[in-house]
Amino acid sequence: METFVQQILNGLVLGSMYALVALGYTMVYGVLNLINFAHGDVLMIGAMVGLSILKLLDGVFPGLPGGVQLAIAIVGAIPVTMLVNVLIERIAYRRLRNAPRLAPLITAIGVSILLQTFAMMIWGRSPLPFPQLLSSDPVNVGGAVISHTQILLLVLAAAAMVGLVFLVEKTRMGRAMRAVAENPRVAGLMGVDSNRVIVATFAIGAALAAVAGVMWGANYASIQFAMGTVPGMKAFSAAVLGGIGNIYGAMIGGIVLGIIESLGAGYIGDLTGGFLGSHYQDIFAFIVLILVLTVRPSGIMGERVADRA
Amino acid sequence: MSLLTFDTANKPRQSYASMAVLLAVMLIFPFVAAQFGNSWVRILDMALLYIMLALGLNIVVGFAGLLDLGYIAFFAVGAYLTGLLASPQFAALLESIVNYHPELQDAIVRTFGEDVRTNGIHLSVWFVVPLAGLTAALFGALLGAPTLKLRGDYLAIVTLGFGEIIRIFMNNLNDPINFTNGPQGINLIDPIRIFGVSLAGEAGSRATVYIGGFGIPSVNAYYFLFLLLCIVTIFMTSRLQHSRLGRAWVAIREDEIAAKAMGINTRNVKLLAFSMGASFGGVAGAMFAAFQGFVSPESFSLTESIAVLAMVVLGGIGHIPGVVLGGVLLAALPEVLRHVVEPAQQALFGKVVIEAEVLRQLLYGLAMVLIMLNRPAGLWPSPVKEDRPNAAIAKEEESEA
Amino acid sequence: MSNILLNISGVNKRFGGLQALTDVGIKIMKGQIYGLIGPNGAGKTTFFNVITGLYQPDTGTFELDGKPYSPSAPHAVAKAGIARTFQNIRLFGEMSALENVMVGRHVRTHQGVFGAIFRHGAARREEAAIRARAQELLDFVGIGQFSQRTARFLSYGDQRRLEIARALATEPKLLALDEPAAGMNATEKVALRELLVKIQGAGITILLIEHDVKLMMGLCDRISVLEYGKLIAEGLPAEIQKNQAVIEAYLGGAA
Repeated sequence: METFVQQILNGLVLGSMYALVALGYTMVYGVLNLINFAHGDVLMIGAMVGLSILKLLDGVFPGLPGGVQLAIAIVGAIPVTMLVNVLIERIAYRRLRNAPRLAPLITAIGVSILLQTFAMMIWGRSPLPFPQLLSSDPVNVGGAVISHTQILLLVLAAAAMVGLVFLVEKTRMGRAMRAVAENPRVAGLMGVDSNRVIVATFAIGAALAAVAGVMWGANYASIQFAMGTVPGMKAFSAAVLGGIGNIYGAMIGGIVLGIIESLGAGYIGDLTGGFLGSHYQDIFAFIVLILVLTVRPSGIMGERVADRA
Repeated sequence: MSLLTFDTANKPRQSYASMAVLLAVMLIFPFVAAQFGNSWVRILDMALLYIMLALGLNIVVGFAGLLDLGYIAFFAVGAYLTGLLASPQFAALLESIVNYHPELQDAIVRTFGEDVRTNGIHLSVWFVVPLAGLTAALFGALLGAPTLKLRGDYLAIVTLGFGEIIRIFMNNLNDPINFTNGPQGINLIDPIRIFGVSLAGEAGSRATVYIGGFGIPSVNAYYFLFLLLCIVTIFMTSRLQHSRLGRAWVAIREDEIAAKAMGINTRNVKLLAFSMGASFGGVAGAMFAAFQGFVSPESFSLTESIAVLAMVVLGGIGHIPGVVLGGVLLAALPEVLRHVVEPAQQALFGKVVIEAEVLRQLLYGLAMVLIMLNRPAGLWPSPVKEDRPNAAIAKEEESEA
Repeated sequence: MSNILLNISGVNKRFGGLQALTDVGIKIMKGQIYGLIGPNGAGKTTFFNVITGLYQPDTGTFELDGKPYSPSAPHAVAKAGIARTFQNIRLFGEMSALENVMVGRHVRTHQGVFGAIFRHGAARREEAAIRARAQELLDFVGIGQFSQRTARFLSYGDQRRLEIARALATEPKLLALDEPAAGMNATEKVALRELLVKIQGAGITILLIEHDVKLMMGLCDRISVLEYGKLIAEGLPAEIQKNQAVIEAYLGGAA
């Protein structure tokens, strides 16, 4: 039975990954009112490409420091995931922007299936081991342990979120994104090219997912073609928890969900008198989602959805 | 498609003729296919079950417009209930209770007899199947209740969550009390036994069922049973569609606010949609468990929910013939592929370049994307009642204009 | 007072920082055609939505035909006897015109799953009655020949009529129409006026929101005027036309 602090720490790590992916979901939903069902699989692609890059590095430049290798893997994975997400938007979603809700959802599911199938074809069906590149000496934090990989994850996640906030609040593109997220037609009338903004939204979300994917692999030491589905759905739950369309909501929702899941898995045995064990961990995200949507649908920080009337 | 029509309202004679032709084909099929071995009939047996599922889901998604991504949960409920009540599993359940509630165990042993301990419960199909349907209907209402106020996308995700929750429970409900036997699933489920005749054939008959003097392979026996059930399902869902309740469902789908304003209690009507849809899933699940003889959590994953949804949506959402077509294509096609494509690749390239399983996934994904982009109403949607106003109406419009 | 059909008073409704309705009430006699007018944003549709259960009021008493009714849910309101149409026409687009009106009969009929599947005698009779009544109503509003046409393919004016037919199918005591003449030309408005008078002749009380002042003056027995969520006038059309506050509300303050 791990200590409370340990579970909080675990939750923070898990939550950071959820937050990175939740941002992708929330931004796309904010501008398009669409759940990009395939986003979890973009995380998987990031992890797979990262792994391939690491293997390549190992062959061409063996002996590089672990941190550098990871950095290169991430930097290399980002353009690929961006391309994938942008292509998905262009091919599968653009034509269905004004269709009734069912069509884009089915297309999104189809895209998710296709991504997984391509991954299966390229990288095979079995789980692939992800190398441990950073030192595995645990670091002691107030009675709990955290690995170097996890520290890097927290740092990267924080940096990414700060960067995103800066982008959204201080830059021209960020302003355009906020305008399109609020009212695409009026934004268009003000000279904002909403297509460009939407493409940028997909690209940024993909970049964040790439970071999350590579670090997921580094943290759990194993990746597989189907690894994206469940974390994707949980990240979406986190986005709803925080307030869909609201990037601060996605960040907070991600962290909160990670902590809930971690604590829940830890204490569920005690809570249910031994009837349910920690393998029920996955249901927490769904329960949170159902509760949020029933009790406070606008989430912790309030939703921000486009007026696409 | 213009030769075959099922539009009984507008073209009754042609419709019934089409149905008769189709029925004849379906009845003859197994005898023809038997020449090539059992596998083709077995494929159709599973396809018929999937068609039942698709028709049940069609009530929820097609008629009432409620996006359900976790429908397979009801299939699981029916299958596992059958597994529990018609196999040795109950004995295992009892064993696990003994540590916690010995009195309960004693009470059950007293009710069902001593061999419950070793053999479990083996209730007859006439009891288990309706029970499966009713239990699934109950779950349908339970899982539907929290979703009543949700809009489209959220409804889909929540129902997906429920489907996953059920699967996780099925996977883990073996400890401390062994309901589902966990990841291993439940084995040795009784086959369907009708009037004393087991559809799996008696022991030693090499899976042949003897009725009177005739012997037919077990898969054929199941085929006719499932075909009958399918026809009943088509009949029931069609009657539901063209009724006061069916109209209420479509009204909710088209405009929920207007439906409420016209006096429809949308909460109850939606719950009915979930329940009725789920009940078909439960019955199909019971059939599945008996047919296959075992159930395990992997048969009830998100992939399966999506497959059934794809059948409904790609076939022709809300349109029963379309849904049946979708079911046939998406259930039978992958199996056909497996039998054709791998040997073909072997012959052409000397090895299997793309496994059938991968090809199946590929085709599913492509079908979903391509059909939604090009024919969002499905391959065979409901005929629209307007396109050719007759001459009288046309004249009316001209004088009005 | 058995002649009062609709008696509503003290309705307040706030949306966040906006007080949409302040102490609004209305008293409609049986058989009247009652008008509700006011500048855009005055709260007319909000009041409608409160009466018919789409919005929950903060305060208010609601009485229909002498009995209190609870505007808590739209379907309960329909059952009690108020049917409405919508400013933006809300038809069931994929259903035929006949089916749209048949849905209107839902609240007064009761066959369920059993009747649907087994179609026993009572179920068949009810279904036939629903169909016959629906066709009658289509004929009544003047679009009987379009019964089989898919609703979304009807012309705009016919769609409005269809919505009225559907509302009538619920056997309302009060028919509440939200801008039924919106988007109509002069000829169509005359036809609408005739239809409304015909409905009144059939014994149904009508409450309507409209912007066409001339139409209202010629049609309504009494009129209430809303501005910024408050009632500023109530009375006979002739009185309303001369009412100073009303004139100012529409044309701005006195020069």
